[in-house]
Amino acid sequence: MTAPRAATDGAIAPDPAPAARLERVEELQARIRGMQAARLDTRAVPTHPALASVLPGGALREGAIVQVEGSITLLMAALAGPSRSGRWVAVAGIPEFGVEAAARFGVDLERLVLVPDPGRQWLTVAAALADVIPVVAVRPAGRLAPAEASRFAARLRQRGALLLVDGDWPGSDARLELERSDWTGLGHGHGHLAEREVVVRVTGRGEVGRGARRRLRLPAGDLGFAAVDETGAAAASAPGIVHRPDFAARAS
Amino acid sequence: MSTGVRTIVLWCPDWPVLAACREHGIDPALPVALTEKGIVHSCSPAARRDGVTRGLRLREAQYRSTALAVLEYDAALDHRAFEPVVKGVEAIVPGVQVLRPGALAMRARGPVRYYGGEDAAARALLEAAAGLGVAGARVGIADGPFAAEQAARAAGAARAAGAAGAAGATGAPGAVFAVPPGESAGFLAPLPVSLVTDARTTTLLHRLGVRSLGEFAALPDDDVRRRFGAAGAFAHDRAAGRERSRVAPRTPPPDFEALQHFEPPLDRIDQLAFAFRVRAEEFIERMRAVRLVCTGIRVELDDERGGHSSRSWLHPHWFTPADVVDRVRWQLQGSDTADAGLESAIVRLRIVPERVDSTGNHEEGLWGGGRDERVHHGLTRVQSMLGHEGVVTAAIGGGRMLADRQVLVPWGDRAPERVAAEAPWPGSLPALAPASVFRERLPVALVDAEAASVAVDARGAISAPPASFAVGGRHPAAVRAWAGPWPVVERWWDAERARRVHRFQVVDHDGCAWLLVRDGEGWWAEARYD
Repeated sequence: MTAPRAATDGAIAPDPAPAARLERVEELQARIRGMQAARLDTRAVPTHPALASVLPGGALREGAIVQVEGSITLLMAALAGPSRSGRWVAVAGIPEFGVEAAARFGVDLERLVLVPDPGRQWLTVAAALADVIPVVAVRPAGRLAPAEASRFAARLRQRGALLLVDGDWPGSDARLELERSDWTGLGHGHGHLAEREVVVRVTGRGEVGRGARRRLRLPAGDLGFAAVDETGAAAASAPGIVHRPDFAARAS
Repeated sequence: MSTGVRTIVLWCPDWPVLAACREHGIDPALPVALTEKGIVHSCSPAARRDGVTRGLRLREAQYRSTALAVLEYDAALDHRAFEPVVKGVEAIVPGVQVLRPGALAMRARGPVRYYGGEDAAARALLEAAAGLGVAGARVGIADGPFAAEQAARAAGAARAAGAAGAAGATGAPGAVFAVPPGESAGFLAPLPVSLVTDARTTTLLHRLGVRSLGEFAALPDDDVRRRFGAAGAFAHDRAAGRERSRVAPRTPPPDFEALQHFEPPLDRIDQLAFAFRVRAEEFIERMRAVRLVCTGIRVELDDERGGHSSRSWLHPHWFTPADVVDRVRWQLQGSDTADAGLESAIVRLRIVPERVDSTGNHEEGLWGGGRDERVHHGLTRVQSMLGHEGVVTAAIGGGRMLADRQVLVPWGDRAPERVAAEAPWPGSLPALAPASVFRERLPVALVDAEAASVAVDARGAISAPPASFAVGGRHPAAVRAWAGPWPVVERWWDAERARRVHRFQVVDHDGCAWLLVRDGEGWWAEARYD
């Protein structure tokens, strides 16, 4: 109900220049989209503070579909918050999911369920998991038709489950991907991996539609996750090496 | 002097061996021994001829009988295999007491009157036993269960010795030995005293010069009670053939098992699951009728070619008919998922409840089940789609390689005994763990500046610093940082499973970190920090 009113308010406001008006319309549309994305009574899922600084709306939400691409560590960061607060989490279709890393990053193994090889039935399995488990991570094993995706989204909203997708998903609410990754601690022939600083690019519907960037320590030296005290703009301006997710290498 | 109640004992010699042979499909005529904690518990007649006896150490037994087949003694199997025999005997003589697997006692009065004589009753019992596949059973009849059991044991000896020295053998052919009423004390007198007393008391009695039951029985009643207490008095009564204990017939337990024969044999899993569904419902319903739920079942399958598969399944809550059908399907599928044909058609399917519990302990709360119960039901649905091993929970075990450290347990199974994850495991990775652990290592190439593969020599030195790195067959890109080699040496004493590898950490051109392994064959990616 609030969305149309906001649009009407905008239309009434005086606005002389046509170019400025176009801009204004775009801005208002973005606001409408943002409000639609944050559906009325969606509840926030407990989110790790470092990730909360990245996400639109400051938290993961029930019934949302979030693409987390190219980084299992980022996926674990998304799972760690809900898992710590006592929720069950499930991971389907990711056979290489590192259990030990997950445990060290704060995912409770007592409430973690793995379905390593759902095969062609991945969508059915994901739906069955989402019925009972509030946070489900899945890697699609094939293309998904938009109609199927929207049916699935409706089901998720009804169940209040959060879906994290490692791959493509038509019409997802947000998309997190790693844009740059810098390891410290490893030299040439000495040292060991200790800490990583990444730039996470966030795209999605609503206010974050244009792609914001945030810097995170993923993981930090103490095996936690932390946001780097710097604005996203500074990080984005740095000419980074783009870390592309290595899909071919996953064909294991 | 009061005497014990007239009792019949049916004894199956070497029952544990017979039961184990049947389960494992071994011919009981071969030398077979069952061991418990490295000591021979029982053995077959062939093994006994070779000189194997109870209480011998395994090594000594194998030395005496070189062809000896050794099996572990399993008390549960013993009882389980004896159950059909008990049922078969109960069908012709009610009121049977199981003394232990292999020995049954019953009061003589009823059967003797019914069959018209002790001899006829004994022969009826032997026929029943032979019909149940127990060869060489023996019957003893005497006053009291103890004397009757000794008579049954004596039956074989009497056969061998031509019924010599026995008081009033009835002349039945070998397998039956009846001690006339009131003569049990005389029959027992020459037997050793260790039959009725424990090892300590036996030693004491030997020192006192009492060696046979007759000598023990001759001691005054009050003196024995004063010196040896109630247990001694009980043994004294037995030795004197006036046993006061009576046969305590068992109440036959309600029969819950479900058995189905398939004619013609079925060779498709879905057909079989469908055919068994009604039986499974009856199986659960019968238990529910007496307020029981089943938390563990045993599924036994027999196929056309004579193959036999038997497995126990546990359930975290309790079995519903659909769960039972699922377990049957999973057992047929084995580890691989195939909904098509089986190797051999199934002729017989049997479900036995192994653990039952009162429904009261499993009642749902007034407001329905808890959250975890919902999770369980959902995951069971996924399991019925993908198979038992399709849904797993994870734990961290011990080991040096990352894949060894991940212990995946199918949902609903009990976690295996864990190898201590906290043990030092020299060579395992410190704090930071890779997020992706490949189940099968990926082939990679790590080359130096001259495009030659980097090698590690026996002393752990590398041939040249790595310069570029490629996954699979793709174009190599520059290495940003690297460290290694970190050796992992495992089980050098075991040629089959020995492992000697070197680990490297490498950050590639894209800023992605890898954990590489160099073994005798080349370079592999064990895991990725992504």
